[in-house]
Amino acid sequence: MEAEAAKFIGAGLASLALLGAGIGIGNIFGNFLSGALRNPGAAASQNGNLLLGFALCEATGLFGLVLAFVILFT
Amino acid sequence: MLKMIAGPMEQFQVHPVSWLPHFGFGGVDLSFTNASLWMFIAVFGVIAFLTIGMARAALVPGRMQSMAEMTYEFIANTVRNNAGEEGMKFFPLIFTLFMFVLFCNLFGLLPYSFTPTSHIIVTFALALMVFLTVIVVGFWRHGLRFFSLFVPGGVPGWLLPVIVPIEVISFLSRPISLSVRLFANMLAGHTMLKVFAGFVVSLGAAGGIMSAGAVLPLLGIVAVTALEFLVAALQAYVFAVLTSIYLNDAINLHEH
Repeated sequence: MEAEAAKFIGAGLASLALLGAGIGIGNIFGNFLSGALRNPGAAASQNGNLLLGFALCEATGLFGLVLAFVILFT
Repeated sequence: MLKMIAGPMEQFQVHPVSWLPHFGFGGVDLSFTNASLWMFIAVFGVIAFLTIGMARAALVPGRMQSMAEMTYEFIANTVRNNAGEEGMKFFPLIFTLFMFVLFCNLFGLLPYSFTPTSHIIVTFALALMVFLTVIVVGFWRHGLRFFSLFVPGGVPGWLLPVIVPIEVISFLSRPISLSVRLFANMLAGHTMLKVFAGFVVSLGAAGGIMSAGAVLPLLGIVAVTALEFLVAALQAYVFAVLTSIYLNDAINLHEH
């Protein structure tokens, strides 16, 4: 197999990590929404935790994406 | 200003600015680069934002002063909540980090600009500085008791040989995760913008009915740019919050 073809396959495989990111982010926001609908008064106080959780979850997915870029472009 | 058709990765190229002479020393190129230029712009942007905002300091704030004060308060509350009153000693560091990362991220969204934080060396330098600050502060305050950070409370003795290496590894991965999170977000977002822009150009050049379809990727670019503004601010906030949390670990070890 040529190196170019292997690069594309590798990049495609590496971006499968974003599947986990999608599930995790949906989880975070879904749980926040169900909690906020039960207790709207306390929802605003957890805004900070919500955004922090979202960013940490996105980060792990993006680690995979960075690997895909590294494979694809170097 | 007509440029050649560039790929999505050309925006990340560091090159010396064309309107200054190149200079080097001993074979090392020390020219002023576009990366340095945009970092200067970010720093002067922060200085301008804060000094002009507070220039006419009134008891009842006007709009600019309100914005400057809200930014200060936002980070001050974050630091106070996550690192306690002791942590406020590190407020200048965390506020500087937040403002620098925020303005670097935001200025990177301007057309034809350069995002310094989209380079791993920049974000790694910032994250390494945070990591070393945490270690130095921890050892300064607690001496060798700093290692009790790796022994969480209430763990049975037979689990310790498993837990402690895991804790050490997760501690050592902090600068990596902190830097790669910011770097990856900036890299991915800006690359996506340029890829959609490429679609607009190719659809527009295809002619006929395809040219009308070029408006779809354009709407995509608008939406993604809006998302990127959110991500720029969010990533700066997350960097600041995580720095506060890590400093809390160093200052207060395991107490709350």
